[in-house]
Amino acid sequence: MVEPVLSLRNLSVEIPTRHGIVKPVDGVSYDIGAGEILGVVGESGAGKSMAGNAVIGLLNPPAHIAAGEIWLKGSRIDNLTGEAMRRLRGKEIGMVFQDPLTSLNPLLRIGDQLVETMLTHLDISQSDAEKRAVSALEEVGIPGAAERVNSYPHEFSGGMRQRVVIALALCAEPSLIIADEPTTALDVSVQAQIIALLRRLCRERGTAVMLITHDMGVIAEATDRMAVMYAGRLAELGPVRDVLSHPQHPYTHGLMASTPLASAGKSRLHQIPGAMPRLDSVPEGCAFNPRCPYTTEKCRQAPAPRPESTSAACWYPLAREKAS
Amino acid sequence: MALVKIQNLTRLFDVSKPWLNRMIERREKAFLTAVSDVDFQVDERSTYALVGESGSGKSTIGRMLVGLLPPTKGTVEIDGIDLANETDDAKIDKIRADIQMIFQDPFASLNPRWRVRDIIVEPVAARGGNTDGLAEKLLEQVGLSVMDAGKFPHEFSGGQRQRICIARALASEPRLIVCDEPTSALDVSVQAQVLNLMSDLKDNFGLTYVLISHDLTVVRHMADRIGVLYLGRLVEEADPQDLFESPKHPYTKMLLEAAPRMDGFGREVTPPDGEIPDPINPPSGCAFHPRCPVAEDICKRDRPAMRALGGARVACHLAD
Repeated sequence: MVEPVLSLRNLSVEIPTRHGIVKPVDGVSYDIGAGEILGVVGESGAGKSMAGNAVIGLLNPPAHIAAGEIWLKGSRIDNLTGEAMRRLRGKEIGMVFQDPLTSLNPLLRIGDQLVETMLTHLDISQSDAEKRAVSALEEVGIPGAAERVNSYPHEFSGGMRQRVVIALALCAEPSLIIADEPTTALDVSVQAQIIALLRRLCRERGTAVMLITHDMGVIAEATDRMAVMYAGRLAELGPVRDVLSHPQHPYTHGLMASTPLASAGKSRLHQIPGAMPRLDSVPEGCAFNPRCPYTTEKCRQAPAPRPESTSAACWYPLAREKAS
Repeated sequence: MALVKIQNLTRLFDVSKPWLNRMIERREKAFLTAVSDVDFQVDERSTYALVGESGSGKSTIGRMLVGLLPPTKGTVEIDGIDLANETDDAKIDKIRADIQMIFQDPFASLNPRWRVRDIIVEPVAARGGNTDGLAEKLLEQVGLSVMDAGKFPHEFSGGQRQRICIARALASEPRLIVCDEPTSALDVSVQAQVLNLMSDLKDNFGLTYVLISHDLTVVRHMADRIGVLYLGRLVEEADPQDLFESPKHPYTKMLLEAAPRMDGFGREVTPPDGEIPDPINPPSGCAFHPRCPVAEDICKRDRPAMRALGGARVACHLAD
């Protein structure tokens, strides 16, 4: 692969608490290439959003990057100062959050919000920025963009608002977009529209996308590769087709099997016993070992090596035929 | 035998501006039609699912079912008794004990200052019943520990809280439980645990569920009969097998096509056009006609009636 747009190397995020240090992200490494969509899945508390926030420098203190490196287009960004990071944010990295209403300023017309972003990051005049605001809205499929540019966020429906947020994330032509649950608050038919839009823009512009979601269906349809996170660690990483059809990590396998989709026609859903450990009590060794049907002594002693390109972080990865 | 019988159920909400504004701006009163002429029956010991996107009126129907909202028109009969019009207090009292509800958000539907024991027995205690050992028995039935009875809700995870909500719903030994998005706030693996628990309880206690959900996969797994709602109207009703393999209504087809699939790697779907229209001024005729790929003149003019089509019922002029 040519040089990836984003590269996480052994990234760890720590939060000091009264009861000791917890690690919501623990030694995570992955790359995203240009024009590629990487899906990051996991249950609540698995650290998927925290990793995204670390990349864009929006960790809430006392959370901080404790180890590892983040590289964006060949330069290291995890050690930048606040001011340098502010210039990067919005210019090189666009962000789309879950709730489109809270990520827009309710008191500013959407055109003004787009213009402000472009004037901050691009070297263009006010009138050029206004023209580009209209074309940005057209590009994300907002009908009547020339008039709608003067509307306030509350005048848009949920799906249209999310399009505005995507236009806002894209208007400074970033090389990376972090989309954190972009369709969770939307209806199924609108979700299909937004996913199609993200894929088209990613393909046309060669933007790298980190798509954080808990919806396996969205991952299957939208992404090229996927990363499965569990208790802050990477459980499995690989091409989406391989991971979904032939999961090698017992956790991924259990997760797939417990979706009602995979159990179609069966009277009971597959259950993974227990629950994900709290971050202050992650077990020794492999974090999944107390819930895993294949656990041995080895799993309780040391965590399995982290996945390279297509493997699972497991001592006993499921064989292809066994998993299917 | 039908436990729940809903006929011509309609609910309007008054969304008018205040009186003075209406006088000055010369505006009429405005009404939002949340539910419009919905008919269906739920058989005893079955699971009836209502699916639809936001604004389709599914939660409003659920609230009318349990009596939290009175219908504007039409009737809700549970075991032959119409709660809104029945005058015999003894009958109302009896039937109320048979209905319970589980809500979407297990964080908002448990009183944070009450102990779990008090929360669970409240439906019985409120009616003056005997609550000795009840909470402990119910906690075991929903897969929690007897020791949990003395704890507060904040000591539990989302899935455990939803189990407490289920235990509370079971306390008065109901026959009908209305579940409004019971697993939407939960993770996939926890969702599987809660859905399995609901299936087991249904078998053990002979419960009837009305399951309200926007998640087609959950509905397909749980339901014996599915009603699809669009803009407050029931557009199709069928068994899960029929609905998912041969949907009749164009809206159902669109919804199934748009739903993401686990095996849909890189699937290029043509996303559906448009969004749900404004329920204050719904389109004429069939509410779906502005987005429908096969709409004809008659769809703009006349509202299609619900008609039987094979084992299904569908409200579309053109479906066959």
